[in-house]
Amino acid sequence: MGKWIGRIVALAYLMLLLIVPVGIVFFRTFRHGFSPFWDAITTTQAEHAFRVTLEVAIFAVIGNTVFGLIAAMLLARHRFPGRAALNALIDLPLAVSPVVVGLALILVYGRFEPIGRFLDNHGIKVIFSLPGMVLATIFVSLPLLARELVPVLEEIGIEQEQAAWTLGASGLQTFRRITLPAIRWALAYGVVLTLARALGEFGAVAVVSGGLVGKTQTLTLYVQQEFQNFDPIGAYAASFVLAVIAIVVLIIINVLRPKEHS
Amino acid sequence: MGISVRGVTKRFGEFVALDDVSLDIPSGALTALLGPSGGGKSTLLRIIAGLESPDSGVVEIAGTDATTLPPQRRNVGFVFQHYAAFKHMTVFKNVAFGLEIRKRPKDEVRKKVKELLELVHIEKFADRLPSELSGGQRQRMALARALAVEPEVLLLDEPFGALDAQVRKELRAWLRRLHDEVHVTTVFVTHDQEEAMEVADTIAIISAGRLEQVGTPDDLYDHPANDFVMTFLGPVTTLSGDLVRPHDLELRAVPDAETTEATVVRVMRLGFEVRVELVCAGQDLWAQTTRENADRLDLQAGRTVHVARTTSATGAPDPQPQGAGTQTAR
Repeated sequence: MGKWIGRIVALAYLMLLLIVPVGIVFFRTFRHGFSPFWDAITTTQAEHAFRVTLEVAIFAVIGNTVFGLIAAMLLARHRFPGRAALNALIDLPLAVSPVVVGLALILVYGRFEPIGRFLDNHGIKVIFSLPGMVLATIFVSLPLLARELVPVLEEIGIEQEQAAWTLGASGLQTFRRITLPAIRWALAYGVVLTLARALGEFGAVAVVSGGLVGKTQTLTLYVQQEFQNFDPIGAYAASFVLAVIAIVVLIIINVLRPKEHS
Repeated sequence: MGISVRGVTKRFGEFVALDDVSLDIPSGALTALLGPSGGGKSTLLRIIAGLESPDSGVVEIAGTDATTLPPQRRNVGFVFQHYAAFKHMTVFKNVAFGLEIRKRPKDEVRKKVKELLELVHIEKFADRLPSELSGGQRQRMALARALAVEPEVLLLDEPFGALDAQVRKELRAWLRRLHDEVHVTTVFVTHDQEEAMEVADTIAIISAGRLEQVGTPDDLYDHPANDFVMTFLGPVTTLSGDLVRPHDLELRAVPDAETTEATVVRVMRLGFEVRVELVCAGQDLWAQTTRENADRLDLQAGRTVHVARTTSATGAPDPQPQGAGTQTAR
C-alpha cells in the first residue's frame, strides 16, 4: 500500500512540475503545424541567439575541462596547504545565485572599475560582450567536472600511476597514457553535464550580457524577450530547441554512465 | 653493492615509520624485509624506489646516490601487492609499456615482450586484458612488466599478499627459481616469516621503524639477536623466565641438575608431532615432542615430568645496551 502511495506521489510530482509543462510547450510549438515553428527558429535574431549560445558554451566547456582536470588531480592526488579551501571553493558556484555572480563580474570588469577600465583601454571588452558571458558561464558550471572526476580518480588509486613512473614515464606521459584513459568516461560525462549547464544558463548571463539583440543575446535570453513581447510562438519554438538539446544530452549521459563501471 | 641505505628516517606526522635505519643489500641477492604490519618495511621499499622521500638519510643504488632522484631515473622495477595492472591495456601492452616509453624499435619490443611472457608463463594471454587473468597471472604480468626495462633492482611489495594460500605457495617457489635464472638484485617485503625463510637468501627484520637483525634465514633462526626476532621467526614458550623453542625442550622421567619439574595439563596428538601443555611453578609452557617419546613417557594429564633444554637449544642473548641503535633487545 505504502509502495503505491509513494509511486503516485512521485509520479504526480513529476507530472505537475515536468511532464505537463514540457508537454504543453511541445503542444503549443506545433499547434499550427511545423512551418510556424520553422519560421520562428530561422529568423535572423533566433539564429544569432543560437550561435551566441553555442560560442559561449564551447568556450566555457573548454575552460572548465582544463580547470576541472587540474583541480581534480590536485584534490585527488595531492596533499597541500589550502587543499581544504580549494575543495570548499569549488562548490561555491552551486551555492551562490547566478545573478550575484553576474553582478560580481560587473563590479570587477565593468567599464568604470579599475580592472575593467584597464582592459577596455587595451581594446578588451568583458561586460556586455562575449568574454563576460563566457566568464559567467564558466563560473556557474565550474564544479561539475571536478566533482565528477575526483571520486573516479580516488577509486582508481595512484598505484597504476606510480607503476608507470617506475617504468620511466614522465608525469605528462603518465597522465596521457594511464590516467586519462582510466577517467575518459567520467570526463566525457562531466563535459556533457557542463555543456548542458552552459547552454541553459540564464541569470548570470542575463546580468553581464545586457541581452543586446543580434549581439549578446543567447537562446535563453531570446526566449524571455519573445515571451515578454507577446510573441509566444518564438518563445515556444526556442524553448523547444533548448528542451530537445536537454533530452539529447540526457540520452548521451545515460549511454555514457554505465560504461564507467564495466 | 646493490643497495645501500644509510641512516634513513621517515615520519608521517607524529608517526615515526622509520627510525635511523641502515642496511646494505648485496648485489644479485634475494633479500626479504620481514616484520609485522605497520613496522615500516613497505615504507623502506618505497623510499628505495623513490615513491617516498626520506626525512633524512641516504639511499644508494648500484653505487650512485639516488636519494633525490625521481622514480623514473632510479632504474628500479616495482611490483605492487595489488598488481597495479594498467586496466585498459592488454597484457602485451602492459609489459611493453616501459620499452615504448624508452622508444625502443617495434621489433625489439615485440621480441622482448614475447620472451618475458614466456619467462612468466603467460604467453598465451598476450592479447587479454588484465581483468581476464587470475590474480596469480596478473602478478606474473606485473613482474614481467617490471623486468622489461632491465632494472638495476627489483622491488616487490607484499607480492603474494593478495593471493590465496595455494597460489601463494606456488608463486614463492617460482619466484625463487626465476631469481636463480635472472639474478637481478631483488628485495621483497613480507609479513610472513615462512615465506621469507623459504625464498630469501638474506632476511632483514624490521619492527616499529627499526632494523632488528639482518642475516641468513638459518642465522636468524639459530642466533636471534633478541627476544623479538626469536618470537617473530618461530614458536616460543617460556621456561624459568627464558624464551625457548618448544622443540628444544626435552621431557624426562628422571630429574637431574638441569631439569625443572612440571605437571602435564593436556596432550595433543597432531599426527607425528605431539604438543604437550604443562604448568611449571605456576607458569604455563608447552613442549613439542614426538609420538614415540610421548608414548615412552606415557604422557597424560596430571603426570609429573622433568623439563630440560636440549644442548643445542636456541636462545636470544640477554638484553644489553648496544651502539648504533639498530639492534635493540626488548
